Amino acid sequence: MSNLFYNAAPQETRVAPPRKPARTYPTGKPTQVYLFGTCVVDLFFPEAGMDAIHLLEREGIRVDFPQGQSCCGQPAYTSGYTEQAREVARAQLKLFANDWPVVVTSGSCAGMFREHYPDLFKDEPEMLAKVKHLAERTYELAEFLLHVCDVQLIDQGAPLQVALHTSCSARREMNTHLHARALLSQLAQVERVEHDHESECCGFGGTFSVRMPDISGAMVADKTQSLLASGAQQVVSADCGCLMNINGSFEKQNIPLLGQHLASFLWQRTQTKQEASV
Amino acid sequence: MNSQRIHAVDVTARNLKANARLSLKDQQLRHNMRSAMDSLISKRIISMPDEDERENLRELGNKVRARALSELPDLLELLEANLIKQGIQVHWASSTDEANAIVLKIAQTRNAKQVIKGKSMVSEEMAMNEHLTEHGIEALESDMGEYIIQLDNEKPTHIIMPAIHKNAEQVGRLFEHRLALPYTNDVDSLIQSARGILREKFFHADIGISGVNFAVAETGTLLLVENEGNGRMSTTVPPVHIAVTGIEKVVANLQDTVPLLSLLTRSALGQGITTYVNMISAPRQPGELDGPEEVHLVLLDNGRSQAFADSELRQTLNCIRCGACMNHCPVYTRIGGQAYGTVYPGPIGKIISPHLLGLENTPDHPSASSLCGACGEVCPVKIPIPALLRRLREENVKSPQQAGQVMDGQGSRYSAKERLLWKGWQYFNSQPLLYKTGTFLATRLRALTPKNLGPWTQHHSAPKPAARSLHELAKAHLEKQS
Repeated sequence: MSNLFYNAAPQETRVAPPRKPARTYPTGKPTQVYLFGTCVVDLFFPEAGMDAIHLLEREGIRVDFPQGQSCCGQPAYTSGYTEQAREVARAQLKLFANDWPVVVTSGSCAGMFREHYPDLFKDEPEMLAKVKHLAERTYELAEFLLHVCDVQLIDQGAPLQVALHTSCSARREMNTHLHARALLSQLAQVERVEHDHESECCGFGGTFSVRMPDISGAMVADKTQSLLASGAQQVVSADCGCLMNINGSFEKQNIPLLGQHLASFLWQRTQTKQEASV
Repeated sequence: MNSQRIHAVDVTARNLKANARLSLKDQQLRHNMRSAMDSLISKRIISMPDEDERENLRELGNKVRARALSELPDLLELLEANLIKQGIQVHWASSTDEANAIVLKIAQTRNAKQVIKGKSMVSEEMAMNEHLTEHGIEALESDMGEYIIQLDNEKPTHIIMPAIHKNAEQVGRLFEHRLALPYTNDVDSLIQSARGILREKFFHADIGISGVNFAVAETGTLLLVENEGNGRMSTTVPPVHIAVTGIEKVVANLQDTVPLLSLLTRSALGQGITTYVNMISAPRQPGELDGPEEVHLVLLDNGRSQAFADSELRQTLNCIRCGACMNHCPVYTRIGGQAYGTVYPGPIGKIISPHLLGLENTPDHPSASSLCGACGEVCPVKIPIPALLRRLREENVKSPQQAGQVMDGQGSRYSAKERLLWKGWQYFNSQPLLYKTGTFLATRLRALTPKNLGPWTQHHSAPKPAARSLHELAKAHLEKQS
């Protein structure tokens, strides 16, 4: 089977998202959660973690931040160092002893907990049971705010055009792009603008970006150009790996457009004067 | 416009990174690939608009393929028995050398001078054209895309559309240069000119070669889909037809081909069905007016049984060669197929090539992916390509001496230094006190963050740690709350 060649003009290339049912919490909105901040947020975007805490607390939820947390293990896992990833995962698993939901500020780390920890511990029945229990109560922040908290956001900001970038694992493992979209649509003055090849990877891929810098660099250059061309005044993403990649590229190109974590954006847009002064 | 030609350099699978660097600089290639892939992506989705139907069909496709693979040895035997009963000669080849020797022997027995080929990726895998040419037999590609790249002395860039990286202007120039035709960029005229040339060749060829899309065990049927008619011509006009296929293409019965065909043509080109669906089950019978006197099938292993032996890696063999994973791959779209240096490029190429060539010859293939998952999302038979890429990375960084070797070339990227680095990373992230000390220092010494971070800072500014880590901020905040 073959066709000669296509010379068609670029078209919108959105692939329909996979459907997964909305996940709620069995007993309704809980009073207490764990926050897993992720290592990239910890060191480079700590305000995103703090804003996630603020958003959760405003919903009347107490947040516990286990101080023993570090990394979900994904960098080693995706690089083929499975054993090393497993040991780091084991260290994280010790931290969530109580039966509370675990809210994660990144789709790809939440995806690691939910989709890949079961693979890491498939040969250890006792650990596997623990892992499955963790997977069941792991939520990406946007998913948690939307479906478990049923959050109602009241926009306090001026009209703004926003482009949303979703990480691939968030999109394809967690469906978080739909949750983030739904949250943004609650903000009356925020208009979400679409960009070309929205569903396409920004080129980060953890160690991919340093193992294959040329290919990754071409991908992020295209991504930043389409974000810029969308006319958005603000770029928002719920994944700090992508943000580090996209922002780093914006900066390198001297493009005055920096992506912000969804938690920070939502918190800043919805703060009342009273909250801001606290 | 930079028009550096990728085929002018040493394009081998071992050079993936260097090949990619050259491709990335070729703005014409980048443009051609992007617009072609965008068009294919939208065609696929238009041809499968109902999401439920699409997902059910994919699920069915996966089940059919998985079942066929679970019975692979039995189905192959049944296929062989039925083909022989119907008068088709069956040959087994464990390597491409063996397969080439079989084809050459048939050709020499018939004293063949000219071979005309329909499209077959397995023949590319064998480098059959080169082999036949070396033995004085002309092998001409008759699929339009294959014909174009053969004229330009290139390798296919895509498994369905071998010349997809070229636009009409480039093909017009090529025909002007190689066929002495007046220049035109009108696609229909270009096709008509080439068809005229090829039509003559069909009538004079001694042997026709084709691939196989599905080999049906129960009925002994070789099923071949195509759009141009060259497949039917290659398999019916010359006096001998040789079909070549990988051993994984066998399915149990004709019913099984229905969902697979639908998935194949929709995923590949957005077509409900192709213009031609050929079903071959015997040579010309007494009293029949046309068809070849002899039909042969060459069943090629070439590393497939290595993939078959491992229950996870076996899923690689589910592939029905539609190319949808390539069309949706952001890496493939940017570097084109030739940069991979393998017959099968793109995501499927990255998981099958290490079995065909060994990891030692494809060391960078498993790593050349951001694991974005687009390939797995569109695969019509639900091959978990990202998971298999990750698995191959694991095999690739294992010590070459480590027991339980499942792949040729295990540990081709093994590095004691890198392993030590990850052990350090593991230790750092498993010891909370060490982690907190480390991040504390990184935040306090943020002014000293180097500006040059090697490969990262080629395309990014260096990230600077925040003034305080989330650990510290959260601790202070939560203490204040309580």
